[in-house]
Amino acid sequence: MGDARQLAALLPPGQHLLNACSDRYHFAIGVAAALLSGKVCLLPPALTPEMLRRLRTFAPDVYCLSDDADLSNELPTLVFPAALEEWNCLDPVPRIDGAQQVAWIFTSGSTGAPQAHAKTWAGLVRAVRAGAVRLGLCDGRRHALVATVPAQHMFGFEVSLLMAWQSGAAFDAARPFYPADVSAALAALPEPRTLVTTPFHLRNWLDGATHLPALENIVSATAPLSQPLALRAETLCGARVFEIYGSTETGQVASRHPAHSAEWRLYDGLRLRVAAEHFWVSGGHIECPVELQDVLEPVSAERFLLHGRSADLVNIAGKRSSLGYLNYQLTAIPGVLDGAYYMPAPVTVDGVTRLMAFVVAPGLTRAELKAALLERVDPLFVPRPLFLVSALPRNENGKLTLVALQALAASCREQAAR
Amino acid sequence: MVINATSSPLSASDEGVDSDLLRELAQLIVTALNLEMDAASIDPQQPLYADGLGLDSVDILEIALVVSKRFGFQLRSDSAENQTIFSSLQSLARYISVHRTL
Repeated sequence: MGDARQLAALLPPGQHLLNACSDRYHFAIGVAAALLSGKVCLLPPALTPEMLRRLRTFAPDVYCLSDDADLSNELPTLVFPAALEEWNCLDPVPRIDGAQQVAWIFTSGSTGAPQAHAKTWAGLVRAVRAGAVRLGLCDGRRHALVATVPAQHMFGFEVSLLMAWQSGAAFDAARPFYPADVSAALAALPEPRTLVTTPFHLRNWLDGATHLPALENIVSATAPLSQPLALRAETLCGARVFEIYGSTETGQVASRHPAHSAEWRLYDGLRLRVAAEHFWVSGGHIECPVELQDVLEPVSAERFLLHGRSADLVNIAGKRSSLGYLNYQLTAIPGVLDGAYYMPAPVTVDGVTRLMAFVVAPGLTRAELKAALLERVDPLFVPRPLFLVSALPRNENGKLTLVALQALAASCREQAAR
Repeated sequence: MVINATSSPLSASDEGVDSDLLRELAQLIVTALNLEMDAASIDPQQPLYADGLGLDSVDILEIALVVSKRFGFQLRSDSAENQTIFSSLQSLARYISVHRTL
């Protein structure tokens, strides 16, 4: 509380705070300071120059809170104070108005402009309380969390920060990277311990670590976790493996135990409705019904199976985008006459499948195109491979069918192999 | 463990990196990441990150995994050289040659 009050007093007058702190504790204090002073955090998916320009248009008074003094961007920046005073603050934890807006979380819309999703305190708190109960974090013991995902994305924001706050758990400030880092971060904490991660990070950790500390829970999201990996994690760490399903629009809405069942169970109070082959979720923390961007198969009133993302959404190692957005950014590069991203079928289970792209850009090299894309999209969405082609196989309506893209991918691969 | 400071670019010690190790490492990376390129075409001094070979954090974790299996040591983020280990194939090879147990 003392740190949050001190930081709140340092915040510039602008109403919008881009919280770019990479240290989870600094991030949390940034959120708390914003809460105390009625400011709204902006949480974009990536800090590319293009995204920063968009944010400035969205909120001209935006300023950046960063714990990296070398971070260079064009926004006015407040560097997280290196040393806040020891302040034995006995203030009670304040009650926050449920209707207060806490954050704008951005997703890449399908047309090129990022979409902003407003998050109120009440909506966030109800969702993470339901999740904390599912995970057993509210059983009276002091749980400790380590997360390999950033706090700025919806999953990390909800689970590694808000769920800890709302259940009284402690969280590790670091975001451990290498397998040995993850093991060391966990070993430094008292039990019971929970690891918040993704299928890719979990597999990499289990494969690479020489020492696996005992865990109470493993929580995964962002991509489907296979049953073999879930079983392996449960056996090696003595943990229960939870998978959380949700989206930036809805927050978390369901969980499952992938080691034991493919079925998801909605959080208490939520309802699923089918309308014209689209699925809507409502109730609980969701104030207005929200359409889900996935293909579901209801099993009972509260249970369902998940059959994958709608075609346009892509999620690579926990970062989400849409093909529509990426295509827009690709074709907006000067010199690009036409271009299309394509998501090939997954090559490995619990691995990372990369996007490929086809580009018609007679005057540009691959390297120039990749450099221009890095200005606009997260590095994970820079295509691999990127094929330069003379034309795209558009049909008479100007559309690129999936079949045409598959055929183009096959012929480009064949040519590259020669 | 004593860690030698090896962050200065292109010092005389660069020539000491074993060319067999460089070749093996290039092949390990190309195989692990399924890169559609010839391992021999990777310039040992080219940056591995964004504007060079174009690798990102997911790739670095994949490489770290094969490196730890092949050379028998674990990479840690709190190493003083962490920023420079993956700056090029050559610096990665140099780091491996100091820390390898296999």
